[in-house]
Amino acid sequence: MILPGTELVEVAEGTKIVPGGNTIITTVDKLVNWSRKSSIWPMTFGLACCAIEMMACGSSHYDFDRFGVVFRASPRQADVIILAGTITKKMAPVIRRVYDQMPEPRYVIAMGSCACSGGIFNTYAVVQGGDTFLPVDVYVPGCPPRPEALFQGIMKLQEKIEKEYFRWSPWR
Amino acid sequence: MEPLEIVNRLKNKYLNEIADISEFRDQVFVSVNRDRIRDICRYLHNDPDIYMDYLVDLCGVDYPGRQYRYEVVYNLYSVKHNHRLMLKALIPADNPSVDSVVPIWAGANWHEREACDMYGIVFNGHPDLRRILMPEDWEGYPLRKDYPLKGPEDTEYKGFEELKDLHSHDSEWNIR
Repeated sequence: MILPGTELVEVAEGTKIVPGGNTIITTVDKLVNWSRKSSIWPMTFGLACCAIEMMACGSSHYDFDRFGVVFRASPRQADVIILAGTITKKMAPVIRRVYDQMPEPRYVIAMGSCACSGGIFNTYAVVQGGDTFLPVDVYVPGCPPRPEALFQGIMKLQEKIEKEYFRWSPWR
Repeated sequence: MEPLEIVNRLKNKYLNEIADISEFRDQVFVSVNRDRIRDICRYLHNDPDIYMDYLVDLCGVDYPGRQYRYEVVYNLYSVKHNHRLMLKALIPADNPSVDSVVPIWAGANWHEREACDMYGIVFNGHPDLRRILMPEDWEGYPLRKDYPLKGPEDTEYKGFEELKDLHSHDSEWNIR
């Protein structure tokens, strides 16, 4: 109950607090999306040389942890799979299986030119872009991308998660 | 022992099998018929003066237009005597097969699988002749010169077709 005479104060767009009331009023969407974007756990999964750059992102110098990005060793605990490197047609079914094992909501980041488009490997054995068999959310170009570029990709994914609507309900 | 002396000994024993001998920058290449390749390899491996105990590499080659289209190259080395020899088995296009040398050098196992995977050369007597690099249900031999770089245009790899079919249903449950 809000006492008469108390004004709600809007601290951010769509988020209000009751002064002195120890209460925040917002939508479930905002709350769920905020918690989701603050703990994006990627699958520990490297394909080629981009994986080295991905590992550098996770290590202390660049420090993925400050974004709440913690690499998980199991697809059951992961929210996002980073396609870090060249995808061969032999590896593609394996990646698809790992992706299918991840719980929803799940996201895909294509890291590097190979995962975006096949890159320089326009040959019989290489998949021409991860989006031919997975729903890719964010593309990070580069060969390999700098860790800063992968951070930008993660932040783009956070922006995307922030804008989601009704994704917490089983009736979505 | 000098490589040419090895070749002379080989000539004494297997003169009818040797098709060609060439030399380039102190390396000696001996082309032989494929039929008795295992006897020749066993001789080179067992003879105490030659003693080729190390098969450095084994690879296939494709020369379109030649009488013998394929070759299997055995890069032999003796750790004991520090000498080497390049042995080549000539293989015709109509029946690309050669005896396996796995009983002599066990390390030839994966090399022969690779040559079989990439060139379609069958190694008779190989203990486990499967594809090693390409998926098991892959069709065609990619390192043959007549294989298109981007693969056959009309046929996609079966396993990848299935994946694309899966992907076509991906957006059905994501109602935004």
